[in-house]
Amino acid sequence: MENLQEQKSKSQQLEELLEGIWKQNPIFVMALGMCPTLAVTVSAINSLAMGLATTFVLISSCLLISIFRNIIPKEVRIAVYILIIATFVTTVDYAIQAISLTLYDALGAFIQLIVVNCIILGRAEAHASKNTPYIAVLNAVGMSIGFTFALFCIGAVREILGAGSLFGISLFGENFQPWVVMLLPPGGFIVLGCWLLFFSYLAKRRMQKLQELEKAKSKSKFKK
Amino acid sequence: MTQQNQNSLSDSQTMEIPEQKSASPTTMIKALGLVSTICGIIIVSAYQMTLSSVEENKRIATERSIYKVIPNAKKIEEFLVETSPNKQSQDKTIISKTQFDLQNQNQNQQNQNQQNSTSFDEKFFAAYDENNKFLGVAMEGSARGYGDVVRLMFAFEPSCECFTAMSVVAMRETPGIGDKITKDKAFLENFKALSAKLNEQKNALQNEIRTVKNGQKQNAWEIDAIAGATITSRAVGVAVNEAAKNILPTLMQSQNLEKLQKLQTSNDNEKQNKE
Repeated sequence: MENLQEQKSKSQQLEELLEGIWKQNPIFVMALGMCPTLAVTVSAINSLAMGLATTFVLISSCLLISIFRNIIPKEVRIAVYILIIATFVTTVDYAIQAISLTLYDALGAFIQLIVVNCIILGRAEAHASKNTPYIAVLNAVGMSIGFTFALFCIGAVREILGAGSLFGISLFGENFQPWVVMLLPPGGFIVLGCWLLFFSYLAKRRMQKLQELEKAKSKSKFKK
Repeated sequence: MTQQNQNSLSDSQTMEIPEQKSASPTTMIKALGLVSTICGIIIVSAYQMTLSSVEENKRIATERSIYKVIPNAKKIEEFLVETSPNKQSQDKTIISKTQFDLQNQNQNQQNQNQQNSTSFDEKFFAAYDENNKFLGVAMEGSARGYGDVVRLMFAFEPSCECFTAMSVVAMRETPGIGDKITKDKAFLENFKALSAKLNEQKNALQNEIRTVKNGQKQNAWEIDAIAGATITSRAVGVAVNEAAKNILPTLMQSQNLEKLQKLQTSNDNEKQNKE
């Protein structure tokens, strides 16, 4: 997150948006919000629902916090952030109950636990409280897409291996013997570990390429 | 941001740069008050907007589980266990939800607020087939399982005084372990005829329904647990026992059983009259 503040540049709006999706992906790069990541990603649909719920909370709370950033005294800022986040979590909680009780039961207590999801509080503290609403929302959108994408990656792998299906549609037919451990907590750690490995490999390779590029054109600005 | 230890009140009067000077208590209260008000409005409007569909969803979930335990059911009538106002615990009666609503409407029209003292402890559902033949009773029970509270629906057959089926309304048990209670054939076998006979005074169960270790079932009122899913199996036992203890002593009174049989016909008469 410290990197993020250093890199922050208001002129590069696209950068703000893309940052959360790839470079600073909240799960695969920053490793934040592991609690819902490991717990609800037993199926692709659960992961998507959790991702969307967090998306809503993240975007709306960042917007509100950013609007109020000048009138919130710093002594009570954490209280105000939690209050705002909790409000939107409650809203999402009602909305999911209204949409589908099965989904609500599947997500369990983790809807309410979005309140203490460190991605959201982290964004509020590190970004939304220092930027204009437009920039804050842009960044929040990027972060949420990154979060949802990461949850989906884990959830899809776990569902395919653990239940032999994707979005509830059976993929391998009757003969498939489900790998049940993938649906249990250890499976979450295994799949997450593999994805983290993959992403750190990508990051390492990108760093090497960047260094080579910078050596080659040391005086010109780097291209995208 | 460098936080200094100058939180004294005198600093608050010169607050031009709010990030470096501490705010006065009034400012903090104002800010918190404003944010709380906005948050309150958002929550209340979200609650109001979703309330109807949430309740509809819950009703559908309950109904679905009733149809699961009594597959032939075509009509379902909700009953409430009514504690009469004179507070004698034996004097519990049952009343159908529709009748109760009707009575309430009448009372509201007559502005009689005194009757509100009647309380309802429990509810259950009576199921009928297309010919209005009484099929059985479905009742909900819940107990703490491994993940969270397990909510179950049980079918009860008054003629044999036994439970005949079980299904899950809501649970968060471990997939592949605790959720075996819905699939394990040997476990579901327990609910073919789980005895729930009342004692001679008709105020309590003759034998408490309980879960025993896998393979140790000896009596008709015992539930054989699933090996490896003992906690969830035990929760099922506790849930069915609680439901039976709470509802059966009232339900099995002869006048209440008659009510179950009769009520449907009276409802039909009303419907025919309307048609």
